[in-house]
Amino acid sequence: MLDKTKIGHEFPLFSTEVEKGRLRFFAEAIGERNPIYTDESAAKAAGYSAIPAPPTFMFSVDLDGPDMLPILKLLNLDIGRVLHGTQDFEYLGQIYAGDSITQKSKIADIYDKRNGALEFVVQESTYTNQNDELVGRAQQTLVYRN
Amino acid sequence: MTDISVGTEIPALKLPPITRTTLALYAGASGDHNPVHIDSDFAKKAGMPDVFAHGMLSMAYLGRMLTNWQSQAKLKRFSNRFASITHLQDVITCIGKVVELVEQDGETVARCEIQAIKATGEQTLVGEALVAI
Repeated sequence: MLDKTKIGHEFPLFSTEVEKGRLRFFAEAIGERNPIYTDESAAKAAGYSAIPAPPTFMFSVDLDGPDMLPILKLLNLDIGRVLHGTQDFEYLGQIYAGDSITQKSKIADIYDKRNGALEFVVQESTYTNQNDELVGRAQQTLVYRN
Repeated sequence: MTDISVGTEIPALKLPPITRTTLALYAGASGDHNPVHIDSDFAKKAGMPDVFAHGMLSMAYLGRMLTNWQSQAKLKRFSNRFASITHLQDVITCIGKVVELVEQDGETVARCEIQAIKATGEQTLVGEALVAI
Protein backbone atom coordinates (compact mmCIF):
# COMPACT_ATOMS: atom_id res chain seq x y z
CA MET A 1 0.00 0.00 0.00
CA LEU A 2 1.18 3.53 -0.75
CA ASP A 3 2.34 5.71 2.10
CA LYS A 4 -0.68 7.80 3.04
CA THR A 5 1.40 9.96 5.37
CA LYS A 6 2.57 11.63 2.13
CA ILE A 7 -0.87 13.24 1.70
CA GLY A 8 -0.19 16.97 1.85
CA HIS A 9 3.42 16.58 0.73
CA GLU A 10 4.58 19.63 -1.23
CA PHE A 11 7.15 19.12 -3.97
CA PRO A 12 9.91 21.70 -4.30
CA LEU A 13 8.73 24.38 -6.69
CA PHE A 14 10.64 24.91 -9.90
CA SER A 15 10.63 27.27 -12.86
CA THR A 16 10.94 26.41 -16.53
CA GLU A 17 11.28 28.47 -19.70
CA VAL A 18 8.62 27.87 -22.34
CA GLU A 19 10.63 27.83 -25.56
CA LYS A 20 9.15 28.72 -28.93
CA GLY A 21 10.83 25.74 -30.59
CA ARG A 22 9.42 23.40 -27.97
CA LEU A 23 5.91 24.70 -28.65
CA ARG A 24 6.40 24.21 -32.40
CA PHE A 25 7.56 20.63 -31.80
CA PHE A 26 4.59 20.03 -29.49
CA ALA A 27 2.19 21.38 -32.15
CA GLU A 28 3.77 19.10 -34.76
CA ALA A 29 3.54 16.07 -32.46
CA ILE A 30 -0.19 16.55 -31.86
CA GLY A 31 -0.92 17.39 -35.50
CA GLU A 32 -1.91 20.97 -34.71
CA ARG A 33 -1.89 23.01 -37.95
CA ASN A 34 -3.41 26.30 -36.76
CA PRO A 35 -0.57 28.81 -37.41
CA ILE A 36 -1.15 30.64 -34.12
CA TYR A 37 0.61 27.69 -32.43
CA THR A 38 3.76 27.96 -34.57
CA ASP A 39 3.96 31.48 -36.03
CA GLU A 40 4.29 34.52 -33.81
CA SER A 41 2.78 36.95 -36.31
CA ALA A 42 -0.30 34.72 -36.72
CA ALA A 43 -0.62 34.50 -32.93
CA LYS A 44 -0.43 38.30 -32.61
CA ALA A 45 -2.94 38.80 -35.42
CA ALA A 46 -5.31 36.53 -33.44
CA GLY A 47 -4.93 38.73 -30.35
CA TYR A 48 -2.31 36.78 -28.41
CA SER A 49 0.84 38.51 -27.17
CA ALA A 50 3.03 35.61 -28.38
CA ILE A 51 2.62 31.96 -29.43
CA PRO A 52 0.26 30.42 -26.85
CA ALA A 53 0.99 27.02 -25.32
CA PRO A 54 -1.84 24.62 -26.30
CA PRO A 55 -4.37 23.76 -23.56
CA THR A 56 -2.72 20.55 -22.36
CA PHE A 57 0.83 21.94 -22.28
CA MET A 58 0.64 22.57 -18.51
CA PHE A 59 1.18 18.85 -18.11
CA SER A 60 4.48 19.20 -20.00
CA VAL A 61 5.51 21.97 -17.60
CA ASP A 62 5.06 19.36 -14.84
CA LEU A 63 7.55 17.08 -16.59
CA ASP A 64 10.18 19.81 -16.89
CA GLY A 65 11.21 19.69 -13.24
CA PRO A 66 14.50 18.32 -11.92
CA ASP A 67 12.91 14.82 -11.89
CA MET A 68 10.46 13.96 -14.70
CA LEU A 69 7.96 12.49 -12.22
CA PRO A 70 9.12 13.21 -8.64
CA ILE A 71 6.08 11.30 -7.39
CA LEU A 72 7.76 8.03 -8.45
CA LYS A 73 10.58 8.48 -5.95
CA LEU A 74 8.38 9.94 -3.23
CA LEU A 75 5.95 7.00 -3.23
CA ASN A 76 8.39 4.39 -4.52
CA LEU A 77 6.30 3.67 -7.63
CA ASP A 78 7.21 1.36 -10.50
CA ILE A 79 6.56 3.50 -13.61
CA GLY A 80 5.35 0.45 -15.56
CA ARG A 81 2.36 0.13 -13.22
CA VAL A 82 1.28 3.78 -13.31
CA LEU A 83 -1.74 4.82 -15.40
CA HIS A 84 -3.26 8.25 -15.83
CA GLY A 85 -6.76 8.28 -14.34
CA THR A 86 -8.05 11.84 -14.66
CA GLN A 87 -6.76 15.25 -15.66
CA ASP A 88 -8.37 18.62 -14.99
CA PHE A 89 -7.09 22.02 -16.18
CA GLU A 90 -8.41 25.40 -15.14
CA TYR A 91 -7.33 28.42 -17.20
CA LEU A 92 -6.91 31.76 -15.45
CA GLY A 93 -4.62 33.20 -18.12
CA GLN A 94 -2.42 32.01 -20.96
CA ILE A 95 1.04 30.47 -21.04
CA TYR A 96 3.11 31.97 -23.88
CA ALA A 97 6.36 31.21 -25.64
CA GLY A 98 9.07 33.09 -23.76
CA ASP A 99 7.38 32.79 -20.38
CA SER A 100 9.09 31.48 -17.29
CA ILE A 101 6.52 29.34 -15.50
CA THR A 102 6.83 28.39 -11.85
CA GLN A 103 5.09 25.15 -10.96
CA LYS A 104 4.04 24.28 -7.42
CA SER A 105 2.59 20.89 -6.72
CA LYS A 106 1.36 18.80 -3.82
CA ILE A 107 -0.18 15.43 -3.06
CA ALA A 108 -3.84 16.15 -2.32
CA ASP A 109 -5.02 12.61 -1.63
CA ILE A 110 -4.13 8.91 -1.73
CA TYR A 111 -6.84 6.24 -1.62
CA ASP A 112 -7.48 2.72 -2.83
CA LYS A 113 -10.27 0.64 -4.37
CA ARG A 114 -10.95 -3.09 -4.72
CA ASN A 115 -9.18 -3.86 -1.42
CA GLY A 116 -6.01 -2.17 -2.58
CA ALA A 117 -5.82 -3.74 -6.06
CA LEU A 118 -5.88 -0.20 -7.41
CA GLU A 119 -4.48 2.81 -5.62
CA PHE A 120 -5.08 6.43 -6.57
CA VAL A 121 -2.86 9.45 -6.05
CA VAL A 122 -4.34 12.93 -6.52
CA GLN A 123 -1.87 15.70 -7.29
CA GLU A 124 -2.69 19.43 -7.49
CA SER A 125 -0.52 22.01 -9.23
CA THR A 126 -0.47 25.73 -9.85
CA TYR A 127 1.30 27.63 -12.64
CA THR A 128 2.52 31.19 -12.20
CA ASN A 129 4.30 33.30 -14.82
CA GLN A 130 7.25 35.70 -14.52
CA ASN A 131 4.83 38.55 -13.71
CA ASP A 132 3.45 36.64 -10.71
CA GLU A 133 0.17 36.00 -12.52
CA LEU A 134 -1.50 32.71 -11.67
CA VAL A 135 -2.21 31.43 -15.19
CA GLY A 136 -3.59 28.00 -14.44
CA ARG A 137 -4.35 25.19 -12.05
CA ALA A 138 -4.36 21.46 -12.61
CA GLN A 139 -5.46 18.35 -10.81
CA GLN A 140 -4.55 14.85 -11.87
CA THR A 141 -5.21 11.36 -10.60
CA LEU A 142 -2.67 8.62 -11.14
CA VAL A 143 -3.80 5.00 -10.91
CA TYR A 144 -1.39 2.43 -9.53
CA ARG A 145 -1.90 -1.24 -10.47
CA ASN A 146 -0.87 -3.49 -7.58
CA MET B 1 -21.53 33.88 -30.80
CA THR B 2 -25.28 33.71 -30.57
CA ASP B 3 -25.26 30.59 -32.74
CA ILE B 4 -24.15 28.44 -29.79
CA SER B 5 -26.94 26.87 -27.81
CA VAL B 6 -27.75 23.67 -25.96
CA GLY B 7 -27.38 20.84 -28.44
CA THR B 8 -24.81 22.59 -30.64
CA GLU B 9 -22.30 20.00 -31.83
CA ILE B 10 -18.62 20.78 -31.84
CA PRO B 11 -17.13 19.87 -35.25
CA ALA B 12 -15.58 16.41 -34.83
CA LEU B 13 -11.85 15.82 -35.23
CA LYS B 14 -10.83 12.49 -36.80
CA LEU B 15 -7.22 11.48 -36.30
CA PRO B 16 -4.97 9.25 -38.36
CA PRO B 17 -4.17 5.81 -36.89
CA ILE B 18 -1.81 5.89 -33.89
CA THR B 19 1.67 4.68 -34.88
CA ARG B 20 4.94 4.17 -33.05
CA THR B 21 6.16 7.36 -34.73
CA THR B 22 3.19 9.30 -33.31
CA LEU B 23 4.16 8.10 -29.83
CA ALA B 24 7.89 8.77 -30.26
CA LEU B 25 7.23 12.33 -31.42
CA TYR B 26 4.75 12.98 -28.63
CA ALA B 27 7.16 11.58 -26.03
CA GLY B 28 9.90 13.92 -27.21
CA ALA B 29 7.75 17.02 -27.59
CA SER B 30 5.73 16.60 -24.40
CA GLY B 31 8.60 15.53 -22.17
CA ASP B 32 6.72 12.36 -21.16
CA HIS B 33 9.49 9.80 -21.57
CA ASN B 34 7.68 6.98 -19.78
CA PRO B 35 9.14 3.94 -21.61
CA VAL B 36 5.80 2.13 -21.54
CA HIS B 37 4.81 4.36 -24.51
CA ILE B 38 7.97 4.05 -26.59
CA ASP B 39 9.82 0.85 -25.68
CA SER B 40 8.04 -2.42 -26.61
CA ASP B 41 10.37 -4.53 -24.47
CA PHE B 42 9.58 -2.42 -21.42
CA ALA B 43 5.82 -2.40 -22.16
CA LYS B 44 5.75 -6.21 -22.43
CA LYS B 45 7.65 -6.60 -19.17
CA ALA B 46 5.04 -4.33 -17.58
CA GLY B 47 2.36 -6.79 -18.70
CA MET B 48 1.03 -4.85 -21.69
CA PRO B 49 0.73 -6.38 -25.18
CA ASP B 50 2.86 -3.57 -26.66
CA VAL B 51 3.50 0.15 -26.29
CA PHE B 52 0.29 2.17 -26.05
CA ALA B 53 -0.64 5.82 -26.47
CA HIS B 54 -0.13 8.48 -23.83
CA GLY B 55 -3.51 9.49 -22.40
CA MET B 56 -2.33 13.08 -22.70
CA LEU B 57 -1.87 12.67 -26.47
CA SER B 58 -5.60 12.03 -26.84
CA MET B 59 -6.35 14.87 -24.43
CA ALA B 60 -4.25 17.11 -26.71
CA TYR B 61 -6.44 15.93 -29.62
CA LEU B 62 -9.54 16.90 -27.63
CA GLY B 63 -7.87 20.26 -27.04
CA ARG B 64 -7.37 20.64 -30.82
CA MET B 65 -11.06 19.96 -31.37
CA LEU B 66 -11.96 22.64 -28.81
CA THR B 67 -9.58 25.32 -30.11
CA ASN B 68 -10.56 24.58 -33.75
CA TRP B 69 -14.09 25.43 -32.66
CA GLN B 70 -13.51 28.41 -30.34
CA SER B 71 -10.35 30.37 -29.68
CA GLN B 72 -8.22 29.12 -26.83
CA ALA B 73 -8.65 32.40 -24.93
CA LYS B 74 -12.29 31.36 -24.34
CA LEU B 75 -11.42 28.03 -22.77
CA LYS B 76 -12.00 28.21 -19.01
CA ARG B 77 -11.79 24.61 -17.93
CA PHE B 78 -10.96 21.30 -19.57
CA SER B 79 -11.08 17.95 -17.82
CA ASN B 80 -11.45 14.28 -18.57
CA ARG B 81 -11.01 10.81 -17.25
CA PHE B 82 -9.06 8.22 -19.17
CA ALA B 83 -11.60 5.45 -19.68
CA SER B 84 -9.62 2.94 -21.73
CA ILE B 85 -6.21 2.48 -23.27
CA THR B 86 -5.51 3.59 -26.84
CA HIS B 87 -3.44 0.99 -28.69
CA LEU B 88 -1.29 1.14 -31.82
CA GLN B 89 -3.35 1.52 -35.01
CA ASP B 90 -6.42 2.71 -33.13
CA VAL B 91 -8.25 5.48 -34.98
CA ILE B 92 -9.44 8.14 -32.56
CA THR B 93 -12.25 10.58 -33.22
CA CYS B 94 -12.99 13.51 -30.91
CA ILE B 95 -16.58 14.64 -30.53
CA GLY B 96 -18.50 16.97 -28.26
CA LYS B 97 -21.63 19.00 -27.81
CA VAL B 98 -23.00 21.84 -25.71
CA VAL B 99 -25.17 20.49 -22.91
CA GLU B 100 -25.83 23.61 -20.84
CA LEU B 101 -25.34 27.37 -20.85
CA VAL B 102 -24.37 28.74 -17.45
CA GLU B 103 -23.60 32.19 -16.08
CA GLN B 104 -20.21 32.31 -14.44
CA ASP B 105 -18.32 35.40 -13.23
CA GLY B 106 -20.56 37.67 -15.29
CA GLU B 107 -20.20 35.80 -18.59
CA THR B 108 -22.08 33.07 -20.40
CA VAL B 109 -20.22 29.80 -20.53
CA ALA B 110 -21.10 26.73 -22.60
CA ARG B 111 -20.67 23.48 -20.70
CA CYS B 112 -19.66 20.87 -23.25
CA GLU B 113 -19.52 17.11 -22.95
CA ILE B 114 -16.53 15.83 -24.88
CA GLN B 115 -15.16 12.40 -25.65
CA ALA B 116 -12.55 10.56 -27.64
CA ILE B 117 -13.75 7.30 -29.18
CA LYS B 118 -12.21 4.45 -31.13
CA ALA B 119 -13.59 3.27 -34.49
CA THR B 120 -15.36 0.50 -32.54
CA GLY B 121 -17.24 3.19 -30.59
CA GLU B 122 -15.34 2.41 -27.39
CA GLN B 123 -14.74 5.55 -25.32
CA THR B 124 -11.13 6.32 -24.46
CA LEU B 125 -11.53 9.76 -22.87
CA VAL B 126 -14.70 11.21 -21.39
CA GLY B 127 -14.81 14.73 -20.09
CA GLU B 128 -16.09 18.23 -20.00
CA ALA B 129 -15.05 21.69 -21.15
CA LEU B 130 -16.26 25.14 -20.16
CA VAL B 131 -16.04 27.64 -23.03
CA ALA B 132 -17.01 31.32 -22.80
CA ILE B 133 -19.40 32.43 -25.53
